[in-house]
Amino acid sequence: MNALQPSRRGLLATAAGFGLSLQLLAVPAMAADGAANKKKVIVVICRGGMDGLSVAPPVGDPDYHALRGGLALTSEALPVDATFALHPQLTAVHALAKAGEARIAPAIATPDRARSHFEAQDVLETGAAGVYSTTSGWLNRAVETLSAHRKVDAMSVGATAPLILRGKVQTASWSPGRAVDAEARLPTLLQDLYRNDPLLGPALARGLETETMAKAATAGLDGGATMGGKGGGKAGAGAPGVQQGREAAKTLGESLAGFMREPGGPTVAAISLDGFDSHAGQANLLNGRLAYLDAVLDGVHQGLGPEWKNTVVLVATEFGRTARTNGTAGTDHGTGSTALILGGALKPGGIVGDWPSLKQGALFENRDVAPSLDMRGLFKGVLADHMGVDKAALDSTIFPNSVAARPVANLV
Amino acid sequence: MALGNQDMMAAVAVTRFGLGAKPGELAAAKADPQGFLKSQIRKSGADMPAGPAVSTAQRMAEFRDFRKERREVRLEKANDARPAPAGAAQDPNMAQAAQAGEAHKAAFDPVKQVGNVLRKDISSDFEARAALGAATDAAFRERWALFWANHFTVSATKAITGTVIGPFEDEAVRPHVFGRFGDLLDAVETHPAMLTYLDQIQSIGPDSPAAEFARNRGARGAGLFGGQVQPVAQRTLGLNENLAREIMELHTVGVNGGYTQADVTEFARAMTGLSIGNERDGAYGVATFREQAHEPGVRTVMNVRYDGGGRRQTAQILADLAAKPQTARFVCGKIARHFVADDPPPALTARLTDAWMRSGGDLAVVAETLVSAPEAWDPTPRKFKTPYEFLVSSFRAADAQPVGFQQLGGVLTSLGQKPFSAPSPKGWPEDAQSWAAPDAIVKRMQFAQNFSQNAARDRDPNQLAADALGARLTPDTAKAISRAESRPEGFALLLMSPEFQRR
Repeated sequence: MNALQPSRRGLLATAAGFGLSLQLLAVPAMAADGAANKKKVIVVICRGGMDGLSVAPPVGDPDYHALRGGLALTSEALPVDATFALHPQLTAVHALAKAGEARIAPAIATPDRARSHFEAQDVLETGAAGVYSTTSGWLNRAVETLSAHRKVDAMSVGATAPLILRGKVQTASWSPGRAVDAEARLPTLLQDLYRNDPLLGPALARGLETETMAKAATAGLDGGATMGGKGGGKAGAGAPGVQQGREAAKTLGESLAGFMREPGGPTVAAISLDGFDSHAGQANLLNGRLAYLDAVLDGVHQGLGPEWKNTVVLVATEFGRTARTNGTAGTDHGTGSTALILGGALKPGGIVGDWPSLKQGALFENRDVAPSLDMRGLFKGVLADHMGVDKAALDSTIFPNSVAARPVANLV
Repeated sequence: MALGNQDMMAAVAVTRFGLGAKPGELAAAKADPQGFLKSQIRKSGADMPAGPAVSTAQRMAEFRDFRKERREVRLEKANDARPAPAGAAQDPNMAQAAQAGEAHKAAFDPVKQVGNVLRKDISSDFEARAALGAATDAAFRERWALFWANHFTVSATKAITGTVIGPFEDEAVRPHVFGRFGDLLDAVETHPAMLTYLDQIQSIGPDSPAAEFARNRGARGAGLFGGQVQPVAQRTLGLNENLAREIMELHTVGVNGGYTQADVTEFARAMTGLSIGNERDGAYGVATFREQAHEPGVRTVMNVRYDGGGRRQTAQILADLAAKPQTARFVCGKIARHFVADDPPPALTARLTDAWMRSGGDLAVVAETLVSAPEAWDPTPRKFKTPYEFLVSSFRAADAQPVGFQQLGGVLTSLGQKPFSAPSPKGWPEDAQSWAAPDAIVKRMQFAQNFSQNAARDRDPNQLAADALGARLTPDTAKAISRAESRPEGFALLLMSPEFQRR
């Protein structure tokens, strides 16, 4: 198998071999002007209902310890302010928080209240007010809106494309693997065979385009990064599996960052992490998953280098979990959870949204963290103020019927 | 709706309802394409993958041993890690001896060995299933079984469940896929693999004798230690509502089926006691009911009262859920989506639902209705193959058998469908958008390139294409294959052609 040549000459030859228009390679020069073109946003989706009270435990809330019992984090949590700390595995996030480059939104939720993973993930990713009302993702529609004014590319990391980036605009996707054989005829023959195929044609062209960029984007990184990672299993932190998982996760984050640093690379990205559904044995499970998340974020931060200052990263989940521990040292499906907002473009500040507290009367249906902030408001604030997305489009096409979910102001 | 001519119907029968054509299969189906499929429906259920018949209980015992070994080795390592006596580290002879000891231990590390056995078990289960798919003459029967295995997903995302997915499918799914849905439902929901995967085994009725006992013990303990109160959840015994919710949302009535949070909690209370045997029971890993963990009393689920009475309560609730029209509609919609289109004709779903309700959920009747429905035979393929379907149909087209899990597992993982590892209890997605991401298409192409090198060295790709697609082969693809510069290139073009990627 021939690896792709890193030289420009090689890239051109490769592109020609894939039957790609050379226009593509000329784009970077055009894209160099304008500060807006450098702004980047990354959305990390944590699937399974990530427990907000573990991500950012409210250790200073007087009811926290009683509700959580054996699952309560105490001195090991990493302090943020008088009320909140971060999970002990979130060391990179904590360092960023100390530098004013990470904030938490501790009581956030989508408009969905069914406590169903799948319905809530749909609502989180489509940006709709209710389930089944649209089939494309809000981030794709945001790219569509931005594309009217400037060239904006989007990419997801992973073998399957998350719903949030699906839609009219053909976005890129990438996952670690071996390089495409640049000498083979098959890619060109297939592009010809797919010329009238609305699904396969654009997908293959986009995939090959990303391949031409992958060599440079992932130069110097260990190619062994794997999605999902082994770190999320039952093993506790510190076990060899977790350490390997952390390294693979960091490489994954660095690879994504590598693409985003390339001239003409994506400025919008999504990545999805599974396995946060913690009905039983939650402490161990989250040790693994949060270590993995932290390493991905660390990789993105380190990998972006000077571009970090142009970047906002949003970490969100479909719902939070019950405030009380259940009967099996875990928690069941709940409502409000915690989102993380990170990036060099972020303004320092306290928590985003209000903290309703964990007082019995304050819990949603006497069960869950009560949401005080609509997830769409957070997304809208970042898209408007950081990416420059038109506000009218945000209220109507990107997040339909969402005027009431006001954009969170002053994040950047 | 035009059904197409006999050749087209044969191609649809074998590629859409089956798992892709083996050489000769289209000819076998041509005389009576619908009859070809109907003849595969049988009361005794789906075929069993070849291989040693290992029970769930045996696998669970293996896993228990693995965990025990691992604990012991960890303990041993922790002891070894204690500071050596002064002077020991400086003695080169002792250091060398210690090193040799470490190397010896690593070679005979029982944890690694048992871990390898477990991995081999999972691999051989998956390989056996893929081999059945690649070889079977009754591929509609196999696809029907795969549909139900995905509907009732148990995933290896939990370490222990990985080892029992094969046995779970053999014991709880395959025997019942042409029986009554209610029987299938009861078999899967009370199977140790499902009880483990969705956290039912530790769920305890808060007012059950077991919880009462634990509380009393806790109180006595507190008294002994000077009245200090233990943190509440240190050892709280209680409910886990995971299985109850997913049965309603994913397996029966669906998320819009009309249940509330209160129904979920009530159902979870009713199911307490469903568990699996432990050392003391002498029936390790076997489904069992623990009366002392069961929440006593009357339960109300979806407006129906269920009198107290242990295991029977769960059986009655499951039977009622199975019989609901919402369940028929929800599951028949899934069948139509799986077999015909991501957005299936409403008339097809209605026809299946009607057959389901009239037959009391007889899945053989539903399967017959499906293959008889004119809406299901539109010659235009509207389903994009999942990675597993793509691989199995590639092996069938080449008339080859998958050899070695390494090949199969690595490819499927890179295509986003890691063996036995659906990302959630919802199972693998069915829609084209999920599987046709740019990266995934590039990786399918890379698989086709590699696979063709070995599979099609000495075979005429034009013939292979005719055998695999029959009347579905388009002139464009036929022309591209005929112009290929090598046999492997021609075969790779076949596998990646728009019509082979779909069904």
